[in-house]
Amino acid sequence: MTTTAPASKTSVTEQSDPALAYYRLGDEISDTKAPDVPIDKMWPTRQFQAKLVNPANRRKLTVIIVGTGLAGGAAAATLGEAGYNVLNFCYQDSPRRAHSIAAQGGINAAKNYRNDNDSVQRLFYDTVKGGDYRARETNVYRLASVSANIIDQCVAQGVPFAREYGGLLDTRSFGGVQVQRTFYARGQTGQQLLIGAYQALERQIAAGTVKMYARHEMVEVIVADGKARGIVTRNMVTGAVESWFADAVVLATGGYGNVFFLSTNAMGCNVTASWRAHRKGAYFGNPCYTQIHPTCIPVHGDTQSKLTLMSESLRNDGRIWVPKKAEDCTKDPRQIPEADRDYYLERIYPAFGNLVPRDIASRQAKNMCDEGRGVGPAITERDLDGNVREVRRGVYLDFSDAINRLGQPAVAGRYGNLFDMYLQITGENPYETPMRIYPAVHYTMGGLWVDYDLQSSIPGLYVAGEANFSDHGANRLGASALMQGLADGYFVLPNTINDYLAAAPFSKVDATHPAAVEALESAKARIEKLLSIQGDRSVDSFHKELGTIMWEYCGMERTAEGLQIAIDRIRALKEEFWTNVRVTGVNEDFNQALERAGRVADFMELGELMCIDALHRRESCGGHFRAESQTEEGEALRHDDEFAYVAAWEYGGETGPVLHKEPLEYKFIELKQRSYK
Amino acid sequence: MKITLNIWRQANAKAKGALERYHLSDVSEDMSFLEALDMLNEQLTAENKEPVAFDHDCREGICGMCGVVINGSAHGRYSSAVPTTTCQLHMRSFADGAEITVEPWRAGGFPLIKDLVVDRSAFDRIIQAGGFISANTGSAPEAHSVPAPKLESDRAFDNATCIGCGACVASCPNGSAMLFTAAKITHLAMLPQGQPERYSRVKSMIAQHDHEGFGGCTNIGECASVCPKQIPLESIAQLNRDLMKSLFRREGK
Amino acid sequence: MVSLVATQTLTVHQKAVRSSVAMKALMAVTGIILILFLLMHMWGNLKAFIGAEAYDHYAEWLKSDILYPLVPKGWFIWIFRVFMVASIVLHMFSAYVLTMRSRAGRGRYQRTERRAQTFAARTMRWGGVILLALLLFHLGQFTIKWFVTGFTATSTPYEAIVLTFQQWYMVVLYALFVGTVCLHVRHGVWSALTTLGANSSPKARRVLNITAVFVAGLLFVGFMAMPIAVLLGGIK
Repeated sequence: MTTTAPASKTSVTEQSDPALAYYRLGDEISDTKAPDVPIDKMWPTRQFQAKLVNPANRRKLTVIIVGTGLAGGAAAATLGEAGYNVLNFCYQDSPRRAHSIAAQGGINAAKNYRNDNDSVQRLFYDTVKGGDYRARETNVYRLASVSANIIDQCVAQGVPFAREYGGLLDTRSFGGVQVQRTFYARGQTGQQLLIGAYQALERQIAAGTVKMYARHEMVEVIVADGKARGIVTRNMVTGAVESWFADAVVLATGGYGNVFFLSTNAMGCNVTASWRAHRKGAYFGNPCYTQIHPTCIPVHGDTQSKLTLMSESLRNDGRIWVPKKAEDCTKDPRQIPEADRDYYLERIYPAFGNLVPRDIASRQAKNMCDEGRGVGPAITERDLDGNVREVRRGVYLDFSDAINRLGQPAVAGRYGNLFDMYLQITGENPYETPMRIYPAVHYTMGGLWVDYDLQSSIPGLYVAGEANFSDHGANRLGASALMQGLADGYFVLPNTINDYLAAAPFSKVDATHPAAVEALESAKARIEKLLSIQGDRSVDSFHKELGTIMWEYCGMERTAEGLQIAIDRIRALKEEFWTNVRVTGVNEDFNQALERAGRVADFMELGELMCIDALHRRESCGGHFRAESQTEEGEALRHDDEFAYVAAWEYGGETGPVLHKEPLEYKFIELKQRSYK
Repeated sequence: MKITLNIWRQANAKAKGALERYHLSDVSEDMSFLEALDMLNEQLTAENKEPVAFDHDCREGICGMCGVVINGSAHGRYSSAVPTTTCQLHMRSFADGAEITVEPWRAGGFPLIKDLVVDRSAFDRIIQAGGFISANTGSAPEAHSVPAPKLESDRAFDNATCIGCGACVASCPNGSAMLFTAAKITHLAMLPQGQPERYSRVKSMIAQHDHEGFGGCTNIGECASVCPKQIPLESIAQLNRDLMKSLFRREGK
Repeated sequence: MVSLVATQTLTVHQKAVRSSVAMKALMAVTGIILILFLLMHMWGNLKAFIGAEAYDHYAEWLKSDILYPLVPKGWFIWIFRVFMVASIVLHMFSAYVLTMRSRAGRGRYQRTERRAQTFAARTMRWGGVILLALLLFHLGQFTIKWFVTGFTATSTPYEAIVLTFQQWYMVVLYALFVGTVCLHVRHGVWSALTTLGANSSPKARRVLNITAVFVAGLLFVGFMAMPIAVLLGGIK
């Protein structure tokens, strides 16, 4: 493999593309499902055009759904209610544990209860703009138009949204938008929405329409005669590797932030289901689009296993600063005089100040720490040339002004639970000393490519929620992840999958079908291989190393040079993994090391693709910041002429991935460069 | 800091288990308790021994997947200054040189799977018995068509914060899941949308609770004192009231 | 497990009637009946302070005059006794069923630490068994007079208590008996009222706990006043 010289910083379009060494260019693709009508008529038209399945025939059709979060749980419940025979799988011990539960802030909906000029059109516009013009207009419009139904549905299920004394729903503004369209349930909105979906799901399980298989991990997809017809799972208690067959398969398996090892995702979140489908032919859309959340609790040391997010609402009253002088960084922050503090967001972005979008707040925090002005414990890092250095990774989020202005009880009323959480984790009292925060990986906008119907490039394989790439473009707005998961699960998928199932029953596929035999045997062989290596390094040590590479080179700021180094390192790591990993125990047991080993193996392949995608996209957009593509003021610079497309990657095995571009057309919203100055 | 861990090891439900003793050094007080277990598992892997199996997922105290009994209290609640899940218990809660006993949840309704992992699917079945409001997707009326009084709505929320971790059962001298069941009963009973099924729900959920082999409540309060989400004991009284009323009503007969 | 555990053939309503919550309610109602009886019994005992005649007259009234002429003389006491025995039997029956269920339900740890559980709550079950034994002793002594402690079978009720409690060890025995009762009542009052749904707020919880301690304390003082007065010579 060859690496090319680093690109010059002058003009992106004139650069040679170093990524060309890593991929091949395939045919352009497009979404064929969205009808060619005005955008507000599109979804009703599609619903009308979609072929229907007679209620009496539905119970003869089986749908496999993998995942029980907002998208998977909602889809399983809804398809169960419709009368389909649903098989639902999750790796946790109960469907109620899916990581949707951890979302704090809220859920957007264009209800306009505040009479503040909100509308479907405005939510549509905000989402496209927030996504830095890299989302598909048609999907986003539909998302905005079903958003109001989600609130109705959740209230009917008993989700205890925050209410006012009149008994009506309260809303707040969130994530820098100027309308109050975010519905919330204290700081636990994700939990409440998930429990609502979970209860609907349990109701269908009791009714017999849904069969639930918890502690089952999907390890392979069965693609027979060109259609997704089943999956292979490993029973995480007994180790049994089994095949399941259906007329359609839905993946609602969440995001892949854990490729960075440290993220705000749950420990078990993984890419295996998506990646196995990708290897079987499903295109992977925009894998490099990662959202880094600015207000997380910093890393405490080498044994850190995950990061904890604190609601972004903290930035409404907290002021972010670092010391002006590097020698002040080890001092008690209360001893640093006002004149020696650099409120850098207020300085650089006087209009938005501490409320700039997530990606900007994150990147500036990194810049301050890179300059040597970070605070908190020093962490050992290795730079591009392999030099080791000590860096403090943290900036202050200071509430002393707010406490002086509003009084401690008022601040406690707004943020008390977050302050308690911070105290519990760090042992420091934020009422007395400024909080320390640092960005962390939080959400992945990329995912399996889907069309307007949420169908992937494998017929019969549908992808919903964070697992698909579709609705957030290059950056997601706050409180939109919950909206998308539930929109997909409750309203979109149940109205599109019937169009595919109407052609069923398809030709019979059972355990004797060559595709099923191959899937089962390859899954078993992979497990055997992992157990037989018996090398010297633990699975976690590989995962940590992968995470370090990804965070350093494919994190908040990416360069052509760094990404090429990352690809080389990941390839070397992958090779070492398959010759030197140590997985203890046997398959026929509850074996958590084996579970992790399979996931990490897939993360390494994904990491490589993410770096290739990031390398080929020689522009900055949303969560993807290429150092070579910035304005004179150091802001993200898009190149709409060259990169206004979805990068849909086809698995290419040893010869490298194949890029299919889906051009993005903006018919209803004008393309603009973002500015927060 | 250095610590000694006495951890319950049991290969499977049928095998005989015992406490095993492990020593850990270089433990940082900023580590969470589960990170200390991670550290132990890395050490065991290096020694080519089988790591300790334990359930965990979100590690931010909301998914409810983690939970072990630490020094005799569920989630190590009595070692912590504030209500906590195991994942949010930090090593600074322990003294240097501490000896810590770690056991799985133990209750008739929670059969053991391996080491510190138990099967809590009985909770799902209690919810299946009626812990929901029957509202098919698409059938919902406009959200503002039924106002919900704030006080009741807040009480519903307090109870809806239950994470289903099972600490209440693990700590109960009767192995009762009454606090878990009561949290769901109270959550749905406090909302206007929950009224139509209110009295049939309480009957069928209690029937399932007993069927799963959980014991009865004797109002001791151990459950509420370890609950990481502070579900109050009053919820059990609400459940009692609703059940007794339901016995004189036609719903669910 | 006890056969009353819900089985598949029962309807949901039938299961609910047999549920641990309904069983607890039965225990609570019978427990409250017993506590009311104790309060009445205590009140009656205090008649000893008025004098022998008042006390003996009260005892006679209990055995023959109540509800007369609605029922013939002497009937009431038997109706009452049947009612009390039924309460005790139902109380014990529900306790037995719930104990068996919780034995099957609870886990056994190598190490246990409790914070919320009071000593009274911890001793409910064994305390209940001890109470039964002491109760039988008490009935055998003063009601049936199977054995006499310092008095004779023909002694008046007043003579019986005075002669008994002039012996210090009988006072000690009854202090233990009443103490055990009060411990049981301490958790019993709180638990019964909670089971019947009275624990509706943190404030209610405080009130219920205070009530429980008060009732237990009142019973102890009320019951022990007379024996101690006898021992110290205040009642002769």
